Amino acid sequence: MSKVIVITSGKGGVGKTTTSAAIGAALAQRGYKTVVIDFDVGLRNLDMIMGCERRVVFDFINVIQGDAKLKQALIKDKRLENLYVLPTSQTRDKDALTQEGVGQVLDELREEFDYIICDSPAGIERGAHLAMYYADEAIVVTNPEVSSVRDSDRVLGLLNSKTLRAESDGREPLKAHLLLTRYDPARVAKGEMLNVDDVLEILAIPLLGIIPESPTVLRASNVGMPVVLDDKSVAGKAYEAAVARLDGEQIAVRIDTEQKAGFLQRLLRKSA
Amino acid sequence: MNMFSFPLRARKLKSAQTAKERLQILLAHERSDGSSPDFLPTLQREILEVVKRHMQVDADMVDIKLERGDELSSLEINIELPGAQKLRATSAR
Repeated sequence: MSKVIVITSGKGGVGKTTTSAAIGAALAQRGYKTVVIDFDVGLRNLDMIMGCERRVVFDFINVIQGDAKLKQALIKDKRLENLYVLPTSQTRDKDALTQEGVGQVLDELREEFDYIICDSPAGIERGAHLAMYYADEAIVVTNPEVSSVRDSDRVLGLLNSKTLRAESDGREPLKAHLLLTRYDPARVAKGEMLNVDDVLEILAIPLLGIIPESPTVLRASNVGMPVVLDDKSVAGKAYEAAVARLDGEQIAVRIDTEQKAGFLQRLLRKSA
Repeated sequence: MNMFSFPLRARKLKSAQTAKERLQILLAHERSDGSSPDFLPTLQREILEVVKRHMQVDADMVDIKLERGDELSSLEINIELPGAQKLRATSAR
């Protein structure tokens, strides 16, 4: 049975697209046929983060408007067998997305894919609304920072009221998970950053994972590679653990930092 | 200078260099295509019209691939034609 998962946050710049690419890739690595859809019409970026920007021919909007078939617009990842990208249009605006059109494309994708990951634009306007509307589950990407937590709370309200699952009687409500990103344990220890318990207490949804602040995230985006494909990245490992939990595995949440995996520590660990 | 800092810096510069090159190629294409953003659906339709004048083809059997490069880009158009069996079936109708 296929699942539609929206990656959303309200606030911009918290890591939705990085998360969409990482989660899509990790699901594909686990053997699930996965497609990641860019809902940010006019500001396309998922293609860059996933490294397929030079191969975009047709897009989501072309499919909605009947100018191209779905299979013409899907881009197959060159590294992972089960991974596909559905890019959005760089030249249209959000009005090109229609509720019926999005619904039809998602229905067609459900026939072929195990997981459909919807990368939401920032904000709570049309694009963000349609990215969440048909979702079965939501991953709310939040930074341990006041404006991000506030916006996440607002988005949680919308997930509980303005989605198909919320509008249909008798359907199980949409399941929302919290993904805390750019977490810096050293600053948390110094009391400079909200800690995970603070955020969980305020937002009151289950924790899917904590992604530590890591220089490997920028490096992955520089080269257009989902960060889970960097096997030395602690952020990549944290995304893999989050996806294992999404897949029903019981794994305790732990926070690794880049420093822990540093040269000196590895040396010490080897000699220990 | 710390002897460990050099290879670390070199590695960082490498991915930043990749980022710059990717952006330059992409933006060069986006800026030049900016005036006629949606020429590909039109191109596909027009190619099909021309081919249809001479052969029986199905709109679903067209596959267009584009690869944007620095030195050159390539546009690959693949049109699958019906086989003999299908042609016999349609002419019998």
